[in-house]
Amino acid sequence: MGLLATGDLHGYDLKREHDEVFAGAKPLAFGQVYATLERLQKRQHVQPVEVARVDGPDRTVFALTADGRLELDRWLGDVEPPAPHVNNPLAVKATIALLVGDRDQATRYLSEQRAAHLDRMRHYTKRKTDPAATLPEVLAADYALVHLDADLQWLDLALDRITALHAAVIDSVSTDLPQPSPPTSKVISQK
Amino acid sequence: MNDLIPSPSVRATEGRSTHAVLSARSVVYSYAQAPALKGISMELHRGEILAITGPSGSGKSTLMLCLAGILAPDAGDVTYDGRQISAESEAQRSRLRRTEFGVLFQFGQLVPELTAVENVALPLLLAGRKRRAAVTAATNWLDRFGVADLALSRPPEMSGGQGQRVAAARAMVTEPAVLFADEPTGALDALSGEQVMTQMVRVAREAGTSVVVITHDAKVAAYGDREIIVCDGMLESSRS
Repeated sequence: MGLLATGDLHGYDLKREHDEVFAGAKPLAFGQVYATLERLQKRQHVQPVEVARVDGPDRTVFALTADGRLELDRWLGDVEPPAPHVNNPLAVKATIALLVGDRDQATRYLSEQRAAHLDRMRHYTKRKTDPAATLPEVLAADYALVHLDADLQWLDLALDRITALHAAVIDSVSTDLPQPSPPTSKVISQK
Repeated sequence: MNDLIPSPSVRATEGRSTHAVLSARSVVYSYAQAPALKGISMELHRGEILAITGPSGSGKSTLMLCLAGILAPDAGDVTYDGRQISAESEAQRSRLRRTEFGVLFQFGQLVPELTAVENVALPLLLAGRKRRAAVTAATNWLDRFGVADLALSRPPEMSGGQGQRVAAARAMVTEPAVLFADEPTGALDALSGEQVMTQMVRVAREAGTSVVVITHDAKVAAYGDREIIVCDGMLESSRS
């Protein structure tokens, strides 16, 4: 409906527009496009306006109805629930690496993970700074970059926490150990 | 089989020669009694964009100052194009900085009383270039950074991003072999920072200038070909 809000389109063009605007997403299957149009037509959110023939079979052009526009506005106004990123395999794996590995092993893992993330970020940076990049491509790259950067910040923070925790554990172990008694004369003289 | 393995000193990536233009070997530097660099060795290849990252206080800016010849290391060598600059006098290093290096700091450090074109022309005038030629070159560099329309504006009249692009033009006006950029987007919003980085990298690649970018921001590091991480005065890793 969002794409139809920019102008009337037939199914083939809808699929092409979708794949171009959301270049990073999985391409739409034709079957999915036509099934969705049929469903939207039953709900009176879209309606056929003409049959066009351009170099091939007849194609039905669809337009967004007034009801469809209201439904689109309602959908755009709905806040998306934040994704439960704690279930992200990266977060799970890094947590386990930090819990079960020694600090060097965890650092090595985080370092390699950072390299993989940064490599991906270079890919998106090149893509969005390409002078031929379209606005949807730039927006998709921005989205990916900000999320990858958030992962990296979390990895750094996790490592800092583990380092601080290790230091605290070592401190507490060393203070629990019996300390040699200071020479009495020194204690007295300090007072 | 050996024919397939490039010589370590002359490798080619994406058609670019990767001779080391600048290198550090076991560089040590301390501020009073506080060690900032504890024996760092690294190389910058010709035409490369290298990101030096690390947490605050890790020593990454000190490393840049040693590489740029602004600080002389307590121990170890810094070599630029075959010259061991760490052994040279302050006057020699100063001359080298004027002719071969460009430096861009976080806050641009433009002279507020001068117009943008005067700021950019300044390094050329200090190097003895005639005023007319310096102004022509400065105007050209302002244009390459997309801020030619600000030529007659003074820094207080510019936004942060505009000022930083003028500062980048000033750092590039001498067509340096190496550009050092210390947190070049640190004081900018995301979009202005992106404009500065995009233009700086594009212009540097066109000019064949190698770039050292100091940053704690992975989004900025992602503009580089390679990242090295400085942690507690030592190199954590080097990877491309």
